[in-house]
Amino acid sequence: MADKLHFSLVSPARELFSGEVDHVIAPGTHGEFGVLVNHAPFMTTLKNGVVRVLEGDAVKMRIFVRGGFADITPDGLTILAEEARNLEGVKAEEVQAEMNATLLKIQALDKDDSAKAALQAHFDYLESLKAVLVH
Amino acid sequence: MPSLKDLKNRIASVKSTRKITKAMQMVAAAKLKRAQDAATASRPYASRMASVLANLSASAGAGGPRLLSGTGDDKTHLIVVMTAERGLAGGFNTYVVKRAKQTIGELRAEGKTVKILTVGKKGREQLSREYGDMFIAHIDLGGVKGGNFTEFAIGLGHSLTKRFDDGEFDVATLIYSRFKNVLTQVPTAQQIIPASAPADAETVDLKGAIYRYEPSEMEILETLLPRYINTQILSAMLESAAGEEASRMTAMDNATRNAGDMIDALSLQYNRARQAQITKELIEIISGAEAV
Repeated sequence: MADKLHFSLVSPARELFSGEVDHVIAPGTHGEFGVLVNHAPFMTTLKNGVVRVLEGDAVKMRIFVRGGFADITPDGLTILAEEARNLEGVKAEEVQAEMNATLLKIQALDKDDSAKAALQAHFDYLESLKAVLVH
Repeated sequence: MPSLKDLKNRIASVKSTRKITKAMQMVAAAKLKRAQDAATASRPYASRMASVLANLSASAGAGGPRLLSGTGDDKTHLIVVMTAERGLAGGFNTYVVKRAKQTIGELRAEGKTVKILTVGKKGREQLSREYGDMFIAHIDLGGVKGGNFTEFAIGLGHSLTKRFDDGEFDVATLIYSRFKNVLTQVPTAQQIIPASAPADAETVDLKGAIYRYEPSEMEILETLLPRYINTQILSAMLESAAGEEASRMTAMDNATRNAGDMIDALSLQYNRARQAQITKELIEIISGAEAV
């Protein structure tokens, strides 16, 4: 059996990452958890937060995800995120600008428009993303 | 026999038609590239989602949430017909509508109540003539451009699950055009509520281990199912958008070629008529000279 964990992170828009890694730390709804190779089958929902991909002890990549699921099977770890963004190269100002644009869109919609919930979730995601960036 | 002037005008008009169809073809080709990329990019998520659902529903059994197990009835069917917003895309919309009519016909023959929800203007135009009384809603794609398919799909998904919870229907089927390749789009009927994992979804061999869930299996299913439905709607929309552009591109390519053939035929006719006129004038001059 391989001593590397197969990890893939997909969002509805695209596949953000797929490859062999050492260690992944993900934000489960019931607390953060780490996944190494040969983890027992496990499935959980995720909350907004940072997924860290580790190579050895060094953090190789940080991806900010919104909700979704982590599915761990003998084949590896799959994260299905509603939204995901690689933290590298994201700037707080850009996120702020996007937040403002989203807010405008929300205000433009009717109260009971079903798209509103989706936009609101997107807004919350951006807000928490910004909080991570500012730190 | 059309005069030379008439022929000339027709040639000019066909030429400008050719220019338009050529431009439309090129625009469609550019859009197709983008739509196809989006459809391809969304596939990993959809297929992963399907296999997760397959795993879960295999272990959840019959006692799952209603979105999975259904209402226990199948009297009222909701048909969601997904077509394009604009025409001039060959048979694209017609094929989807034809498929929808077939399904509606079958369901009615079985004595079921059918309700229709259309997405995209063309489907409504074609279906409302025949089935106007069965319409419950229509959604215009006018405001949907490029990137915000996701929001739209989530919105539609929400409204469908809400209608389902309100008991408006027992089974929802989505009829859309699946993008096979540029030349072939397959009108497909796919049941989305109650949700079922596609038969070809890969299930993982756990090698005897037991899945652990956090929070409980049911809670996961309850969050997963609406998303699964949204995902299916989204991928259907993306496929449909890619198919529309592909179909338009092919149709416009044919139109451009036809216009070219027509111009050739008309030019030939024009040249013959001109030559006939010249010959006639010559004969008149010669016979006039002989007479003198």
